[in-house]
Amino acid sequence: MTRLSWFNTVSLTLGFAFLYIPMIILVIYSFNESKLVTVWGGFSTKWYGELIHNEAFLKAAWVTLKVAAISSTIATVIGTMAAYVMVRGGRFLGRTLFSGMIYAPLVMPEVITGLSLLLLFIGIGLDRGVLTIVLAHTTFAMCYVSVVVSSRLVTFDRSLEEAALDLGCSQTDAFRLVTLPIIAPAVISGWLLAFTLSLDDLVLASFTAGPSATTLPIKIFSAVRLGVDPQINALSTIMIAIVTIGVITASLITKRQMVRQRQDEQNAERL
Amino acid sequence: MRRVVLIAIPYLWLLALFLVPFAIVLKIALSDAAIARPPYIPQFDWASGIWAFLAQLDFENFVWLTEDDLYWKAYLSSLKIAAVSTAFTLLLGYPMAYGLARAPEEWRPTLIMLVILPFWTSFLIRVYAWMGILSNEGLLNQFLMTLGLIDSPFVILNTNTAVYIGIVYTYLPFMILPIYAALERLDGALIEAAEDLGCSRLQAFWLVTIPLSRAGIIAGCFLVFIPTLGEFVIPSLLGGSDTLMIGKVLWEEFFSNRDWPVASAVAVVLLLILIVPIVLFQRNQQKQQEAEQ
Repeated sequence: MTRLSWFNTVSLTLGFAFLYIPMIILVIYSFNESKLVTVWGGFSTKWYGELIHNEAFLKAAWVTLKVAAISSTIATVIGTMAAYVMVRGGRFLGRTLFSGMIYAPLVMPEVITGLSLLLLFIGIGLDRGVLTIVLAHTTFAMCYVSVVVSSRLVTFDRSLEEAALDLGCSQTDAFRLVTLPIIAPAVISGWLLAFTLSLDDLVLASFTAGPSATTLPIKIFSAVRLGVDPQINALSTIMIAIVTIGVITASLITKRQMVRQRQDEQNAERL
Repeated sequence: MRRVVLIAIPYLWLLALFLVPFAIVLKIALSDAAIARPPYIPQFDWASGIWAFLAQLDFENFVWLTEDDLYWKAYLSSLKIAAVSTAFTLLLGYPMAYGLARAPEEWRPTLIMLVILPFWTSFLIRVYAWMGILSNEGLLNQFLMTLGLIDSPFVILNTNTAVYIGIVYTYLPFMILPIYAALERLDGALIEAAEDLGCSRLQAFWLVTIPLSRAGIIAGCFLVFIPTLGEFVIPSLLGGSDTLMIGKVLWEEFFSNRDWPVASAVAVVLLLILIVPIVLFQRNQQKQQEAEQ
């Protein structure tokens, strides 16, 4: 079927309009001169100017980026280990419990995870701050990473690893030289997922953040609770722009890699 | 030896930061509230042995949950909001997934990217976007009033309607993607066969397409239903004071009332309710995997 029927065209158009119009309106009103978000008062970039000088937001943004970078990196390392254990680990004591603990945080409401972690931190007397947010985000994100990586490991041709071992590689070398390059795209997308989850998280951070460390979502939430604020529109526009550029770049890179892989396969067949 | 380390690190991490915290929640749910720091009296200590431990269990907080109307109403209302918004998401998501699966092949990667893109954008921002649209002097009301359709603004923000809109909007990609995956695999020859054998197009859709995309529909519904049940951000930004959702109740119980034992008991019951859909979802996924092999 090369052409869309009118029904499909209408449903896609309406669906995408529903998905994108709210965000487009958000972006347009970030350039609004008026303080009232619903009245158009002419084009202006003043809210961006105010945002740049808003110390509290900048500080929160810095904490958020720091937490996201640290937690997503640790989560990627431990999550990849967990995926490897799940797919290649064979049998060990408590394997069912292990896989249960990997999947449970994915479906657990965040309010419960947040509450339980906070009670733990208070129980062991750990002061709430950057460290506690990092611990919370790492735990949550490693489960996502391990699901992404293990779906790649399952489809991975194990004989490649065995060939490397036969040719004299140690197990570590076989992992480093064969397995890791092949699962690398999954590891990278796992890291990106962990990073965005951490940037985005409000609930876990609210439970585990202390007065010394506030993240951007907490700041945004307390600002918009009181109503619409043009500075938040400006901030949202910047975040939407970064994500859009990131996603488009990533999809172009994967597309190019797929083309190259296809060429390699064709060349290999010719040989 | 290396294998032991590889297993031990993620295992211990999850034990310490997932299972142990949950055991603490359970313990505090069985304790008494107190005006103190921390605001509860431990009901038992682990050192006194298993029988002393069992004898000291106190289900008072759970009894309290059944006695106060607020809690069971909040659970019921969460279930209702989650179910209704899942149904609306399906109604909107299925035609979109169908359109995507029927779109020309060279467009599909771009269209799929457009579905996934909102998922990478901040959840909070997407909910916030609706606040400016739905408020009394918001764009939707302005638009309807300029058209002359209404004289006075509709009150939408801070009602359950706004909550439904917010949930459908933010969770739509979770519904579209699994259904699209199921529809894309569907063999077009089967529909042609049904039509050759005398089915109308609508009958073929109802008798062939829908049953063959069932696994995708079920997966999509659970992916929307399960997280919505414990949702906190959407009801607190878009909902009103009469919007009862259990995630919000738990939050207020903890942060405003500082009643940790009751907040913990609310969490335990919510988890018990969630076990049913989670198990059903897992079973659906397993069946699908077996079918693929």
